[in-house]
Amino acid sequence: MSKEHEKGMSIIVKTITRLTVGLILLYGIYILSHGHISPGGGFAGGVIIALSFIHLMLAYGKEVALKKLSKGVASFFESIGALLFLSIAFLGFTGGYFFLNFLSKGEPFKLFSAGIIPLCNIAISFKVGAGLFAIFVALVLLKPEKGDKK
Amino acid sequence: MIELYVLLIFMIIGAIVAIEVKDLLSSVIALGTVGLGVSIAFLVLKAPDLAITQLVVEILCVIILMRATLKRDTSFSITGGRFLTTLITVGFIAVFLFVAKECLKDLPEFGYPVMKVAGTYLREGMMKTGAANLVASVILDYRAYDTLGEATVLFTAVIGVLALVRRIGRKKEGIKIREEDE
Amino acid sequence: MMVYLLCLVLFCVGLYCVLMKRNIIKIIVGIIIMEFAVNLFFVLVAYRMEGRAPILSPDAEILNMVDPLPQALVLTSIVIGLATTAVLVAIAMRIYEKYGTFDITKIKELRG
Repeated sequence: MSKEHEKGMSIIVKTITRLTVGLILLYGIYILSHGHISPGGGFAGGVIIALSFIHLMLAYGKEVALKKLSKGVASFFESIGALLFLSIAFLGFTGGYFFLNFLSKGEPFKLFSAGIIPLCNIAISFKVGAGLFAIFVALVLLKPEKGDKK
Repeated sequence: MIELYVLLIFMIIGAIVAIEVKDLLSSVIALGTVGLGVSIAFLVLKAPDLAITQLVVEILCVIILMRATLKRDTSFSITGGRFLTTLITVGFIAVFLFVAKECLKDLPEFGYPVMKVAGTYLREGMMKTGAANLVASVILDYRAYDTLGEATVLFTAVIGVLALVRRIGRKKEGIKIREEDE
Repeated sequence: MMVYLLCLVLFCVGLYCVLMKRNIIKIIVGIIIMEFAVNLFFVLVAYRMEGRAPILSPDAEILNMVDPLPQALVLTSIVIGLATTAVLVAIAMRIYEKYGTFDITKIKELRG
């Protein structure tokens, strides 16, 4: 059963996946970028972006999905997300203290408002999305073997 | 609040089905319905941020659990007669619920929270941070340090999973290098 | 008060599963049910009667909102719950590799 699982699912699933996986990615980016105006934010957006790549891996098998986002690229994005979040926090020292909201607040209800909150949302979504995709790839690539019983 | 009671009864019945049924796949699917019930309960309690996050996280949880259980051949769980253990467990849970009922009288009544800190967040949140979503302003401006801690916990979990799954030096079919010794 | 008690009954169902079942996957399901119950309890404490969601809107003036502070704490807790589930599933897969079974009464290497 593991061989068929790695080659992907039937033709119906592959066709529907081809149509919807771009829309899922776009929806994740929408929820992420409007995090300070409507419900959502970095965590939900990051998980939805990770779900779009996992959908690709489940429907087409792992070779096709790993060509789109390999393990090295996923680990790179996760580290970049964490370092970006920390650097935004340290830049708050220019204004006064750690994590100060130092950019301009702008007018409310616009997309470019609320200081550092949209940038923090993007950093969090990199970290959460790439981290969850790395967890799923690691659990899928563990080949099932019968252990040696003593 | 009749819909909240209906949702809670549905969740309890779903949880009892999830733990009692013998097939592992059915148990994981029943867990999915409990998570869906929690997400709808978050919507009824006026928390839309949490409803979105809970729904997608529960989907991912069910996918990861199914990936672990589907390909193995033990798809039934063995139950044996253990009367003394069952008695002690049920007794402990009964004592816990009785003590909890006494403790819950000290909480403020359902629907009238004491909002000492949150009153300030609600009044001045929009002016001081500029964000219309007050929950996002709480997690990323007023309490951003907690979000940094949560990012660290996620990073540690990813490193933990990658360290558990890694294979070092499996050279031949019969000889396996024991990696539990490191 | 009845609502809080029903939420604690959901927590106790998960606790019963962790204490009594022999299959590791059932134990993981019990831990996840306990996490759901605790998150739900926090959001129940934060509810306000006839309250609105804590999101301001440009056209209307909203007077009473529910408490946003426990909702911020629960948002973090949901994602951490997923991370601990992933680590538990990785441990369970490794145990299956070594012992060939998910039954915890047969995993006795540390004893004796």
